[in-house]
Amino acid sequence: MSELLLNIQNERLSFFTPAGEVKALNDVTIQMKEGDVLGIVGESGSGKSVTAYSIMQLLPHTGRVVGGTIEFNGHKINEMSEKEMQAIRGNEVSIIFQDPMTSLNPVYTIGNQIREVIMLHTKKNRKEANERAIELLTLVGINEPAKRLKQYPHELSGGMRQRVMIAIALACEPKLLIADEPTTALDVTIQAQILELMMELKDKIGMSIIMITHDLGIVANMCQKIAVMYAGKIVEYGTVDDIFYNPQHEYTKGLLRSIPKLNDTEHKKLVPIEGTPVDLLNPPKGCPFAPRCNSCMKICLNKMPEYTEVNEGHISACWLLQKKEFEQGGK
Amino acid sequence: MGKYVAKRVLTSILTIWLVATITFLLMFLVPGGPFLAEKAPSAATLEALNKRFGLDQPKIVQYKNYMLNLLQGEMGESIKQRGRMVQDIIFSGFKVSARLGGIAILVAVCIGVPIGCIAAFNRGKWLDSLILFFSTLGIAVPGFVVSTVLMVIFSVKLDLLPTYGLTSFAHYIMPVSALAFYPTAYISRLMRSSMLEVLGQDYIRTARAKGLPQFKMIFKHALRNAILPVVTYLGPLLAYTLTGSVVVEKIFTIPGLGNEFISSIINRDYTMIMGTTIFLATLLIIMNMLVDIAYKIIDPRIKFK
Repeated sequence: MSELLLNIQNERLSFFTPAGEVKALNDVTIQMKEGDVLGIVGESGSGKSVTAYSIMQLLPHTGRVVGGTIEFNGHKINEMSEKEMQAIRGNEVSIIFQDPMTSLNPVYTIGNQIREVIMLHTKKNRKEANERAIELLTLVGINEPAKRLKQYPHELSGGMRQRVMIAIALACEPKLLIADEPTTALDVTIQAQILELMMELKDKIGMSIIMITHDLGIVANMCQKIAVMYAGKIVEYGTVDDIFYNPQHEYTKGLLRSIPKLNDTEHKKLVPIEGTPVDLLNPPKGCPFAPRCNSCMKICLNKMPEYTEVNEGHISACWLLQKKEFEQGGK
Repeated sequence: MGKYVAKRVLTSILTIWLVATITFLLMFLVPGGPFLAEKAPSAATLEALNKRFGLDQPKIVQYKNYMLNLLQGEMGESIKQRGRMVQDIIFSGFKVSARLGGIAILVAVCIGVPIGCIAAFNRGKWLDSLILFFSTLGIAVPGFVVSTVLMVIFSVKLDLLPTYGLTSFAHYIMPVSALAFYPTAYISRLMRSSMLEVLGQDYIRTARAKGLPQFKMIFKHALRNAILPVVTYLGPLLAYTLTGSVVVEKIFTIPGLGNEFISSIINRDYTMIMGTTIFLATLLIIMNMLVDIAYKIIDPRIKFK
């Protein structure tokens, strides 16, 4: 097996709130090689962002890893101190947030905020950092970069600000870029530009990307692998083709049914997934999706399904698959 | 910027004129006069006195004369403090009060801002509760109680600090503490709540994601955004504190300006009432203008219109 850039094994993470322990991640396992683009999809509260933030230890102090290991680029993340993490954040792994309108500090110039991260992680002086900042702004497609450096965030549009965020994230040529719904707050034409830019830069710099989104259209275009998350668990994992053309988990199927298809000739009704996500304060002992699942069986409510390998690299945790396998195995 | 300041100065002059006019009207609505005492002066004396201070003329003429003098920077002679000009009394009192008040505000900011931040970083822990206790105390306990308690402890019991006057460093300790008590408490509350708000902002998360060390995140990214409410509060606070506190000046026998505000009204010292009111109004306006300019420097999103 080739060297893994990111290796998350059975990560369990909980938030300790006054109401009790919220089990946000349950046995999440993710492996990424250099250059991989992984999409993590799922509805709000499914643990997509928590997974990504835990790689950078960016979670609030109530969130703690209670089991499993996270290894990134040779570092054992869950054994590292805050100080050691500071050397990695923004340097080897960086992140782009959802809302570019609020992610930049309003009282400092763009230049100040880009230079800051360059001067923090490299030995460049102010002048060299400034040159690098201009280079970065050119790279992310911002015109008149020298002038932009002197401007404040409120003088730029949303799309421009997200480009600046990308420039900050790429400043130290990270091995891994985490994009946490980077286009949700932008309008559609800008969305396309930003995604295109990210793919371009990925090839130029040769980094890996984790794309967190609930937009299946984005992952279909950008990613090689997709992890579908539900209630803090990866319920299905596979290539784009596996997920889109051969979905196995009922939740994945539900997600795909809920997006409109442009090439449908007749007007089909979109099928929503009924019900609400489970309460992670009191997770059920069976499959978390069971209460909303159309094919729910008795066992689903009582026992958590194991992963079944559908084909190589495509796994899914569903009792229906186990049943199918058992029937096939029995013949 | 220049245009903005010019506009502000013009509106300020208008405001000061309005303040002066209203004070002038209200002053004469109050019954009594400067020459009424237990031992009433004779009719002839009264007439002579009224003539001497121009009080025998119709009100409208008095108003006109006062305004014309004011334009030349003359506030007239104090009616009660014979032979002293109003501006001289104000200036000599202000020198004392401003030094005392200035030190008090410096102390309040230097203590209030850090402890507010500390409370915010330790939200919900015992340190936060302790700070909450003391700041509530600071807001609730009035200045005269603070002054008296300090005096009993440090002068009467321990015999460490002098009880009156302002001639040495030791003299300043108690009056400054008494003056700074309330603003320190208030600033720490303001600072705590705005710091908590700022710490929850996305750009703080961005700063962490960049790998910035904690102190840089706080001092560079959080503090500058969180300090705005304190700056707002500082404007009027400066104006009121620099002009002195009646209570503290009375208790510690300090020849400041604070006393003059009250005694001028009690004495119906018309020229002094006008003088002190106009002075306070002007100072308030100047301080608020400085606050607005400071705002613009701290937060570039704020535009002058």
